[in-house]
Amino acid sequence: MSDARLSVLKTYKLYVGGKFPRSESGRVYEVTDSKGTWLANAPLSSRKDARDAVVAARKAFGAWSGATAYNRGQILYRIAEMLEGRRDQYVREVAEAEGLSKAKAAQQVDAAIDRWVWYAGWTDKIAQVVGGANPVAGPYFNLSSPEPTGVVAVLAPQKSSFLGLVSVVAPVIATGNTAVVVAGERVPLPALSLGEVLATSDLPGGVVNILSGRTAEIAAPLAAHQDVNAIDLAGADEALAKELEIAAADNLKRVLRPQPVDDWSATPGTERMTAFLETKTVWHPTGALGASGSSY
Amino acid sequence: MPTTAPAAPAPDASAASASGLADVTASDSTLRRFLHGLPGVDAVGLEARAASLGTRSIKTTAKAYALDLAISMVDLTTLEGADTPGKVRALGAKAVHPDPTDRATPSAAAVCVYPDMVPFAKEAVAGSDVKVASVATAFPAGRASMAVKLADVREAVAAGADEVDMVIDRGAFLSGNYLKVHDEITAVKETCGTSARLKVIFETGELSTYDNIRRASWLGMLAGADFIKTSTGKVAVNATPANTLLMLEAVRDFRAQTGVQIGVKPAGGIRTAKDAIKFLVLVNETAGADWLDNHWFRFGASSLLNDLLMQRQKLATGRYSGPDYVTVD
Repeated sequence: MSDARLSVLKTYKLYVGGKFPRSESGRVYEVTDSKGTWLANAPLSSRKDARDAVVAARKAFGAWSGATAYNRGQILYRIAEMLEGRRDQYVREVAEAEGLSKAKAAQQVDAAIDRWVWYAGWTDKIAQVVGGANPVAGPYFNLSSPEPTGVVAVLAPQKSSFLGLVSVVAPVIATGNTAVVVAGERVPLPALSLGEVLATSDLPGGVVNILSGRTAEIAAPLAAHQDVNAIDLAGADEALAKELEIAAADNLKRVLRPQPVDDWSATPGTERMTAFLETKTVWHPTGALGASGSSY
Repeated sequence: MPTTAPAAPAPDASAASASGLADVTASDSTLRRFLHGLPGVDAVGLEARAASLGTRSIKTTAKAYALDLAISMVDLTTLEGADTPGKVRALGAKAVHPDPTDRATPSAAAVCVYPDMVPFAKEAVAGSDVKVASVATAFPAGRASMAVKLADVREAVAAGADEVDMVIDRGAFLSGNYLKVHDEITAVKETCGTSARLKVIFETGELSTYDNIRRASWLGMLAGADFIKTSTGKVAVNATPANTLLMLEAVRDFRAQTGVQIGVKPAGGIRTAKDAIKFLVLVNETAGADWLDNHWFRFGASSLLNDLLMQRQKLATGRYSGPDYVTVD
């Protein structure tokens, strides 16, 4: 017997509603590395896959946005733990997808894992930063608190296959939104593998749904979809972004325009979180005031 | 017996006698002999046929037609202990104008409520073609004395119900007391008089076998049902494509034998437009196009209507709609 083993090729599948379906259309496309060598076939999603993903994301929204911020933080940290265990796999996938050396790819993966931890910490702190008690002239409390927007369509960056992906997905779900992610068209494999990690990280099914395929084809129905509340155009080029923004305007979707990012490893700040938060302000009576003019 | 039937004569004793079915119901033993003499159901074949008819692809103009037809066939139902007059009024308004943003949307067929809610439903749909259906005969269990059941029916009819949905006594049916079930249906039919059409609910989920569903269908039709209906929506297994297909075959055969057309109403568990269209394919391919009318085929449903409306909006605008654009109920 020779030592040569038949290679076991991986079938990359979508991640929708906590399950791993193939594309409804049955289509696949060839994914190559940066030099053009065939790596794998990825599902070529259709608009109906996008529709199904939105249904799954909507269904998951109630429980995810209602979970405590602390619980969301724990789950996001768990994702980082799970990624750490599969670090080698991601290093290989990122190196192949982006044409990086092993060391460079490892840097990217480490930064991506750290980013999950970073956002895990933010889940129960963002409300203190962007919300708060407002001073009012009257016997009332006036409180502002950030609320998640709802279902967010995320077009992942086309170049940074993993760090860029994590940098756009994590802030969306950290604040309680659910996401429909369109992986980078030429570099979908790290994104599809991320689904396998999310499925084993206590993240409820449907909170993140990952589609691969032609960005323009999947993004158009998502931008026009009446049940998608916001869209992040990070992975759209200028012409596509304009077209999608017009489609999104019809039902007043929140749109995050693509911003040039040279280096995804820079500390991101809170912008990507606040972009998909809405401020809810409530009045609440303080109760009867005593003789001192204060109820405390 | 005059009904508003557009195509076929209403069921009456003379039709049944002309076809030689009159003596079938003469006694318990003749009835049992007839029902047990019905051919057995090939369960595998039935399910395979129902599944294969469910694979038809209905697109574009055919889909638009099917959606509108399905909307016009919905018996918009609320049968909760927590029903209030306000909820029934809201449901009635929705049945008359399912999509207020598009007045071209057809009305639903009927609203289906408990007997004490009939007056409110009547008021809500006044001036439209929408009918008011009332469940009766101690719905959903049907475990009450005959006097109570008939009083229930009388109250519903007196309150102005256009249709009465009765449940059969499953206990009597399963213990083989077919004549009791038959006589109950006949008595309820008599109480409905000429003013209300009678739908007979078999609760197929409790009948255990396809053979029983076939027998129940024939029993109901022989006893004078205007409609045969799968289920109450209150048990685990409700309308399935297979048991609806079986009932459609029964009404088709009954018309072939007696000339009397009977309606079919699957109820419960039909939630998506896709499912509804599959049922319409079953109707067209089994009973025929004569049944593609809300006088002869209904969907007992509540959430189905919202999905039909969302699909209709998608077809009209080209963009996927969402639950924010239909009523919450």
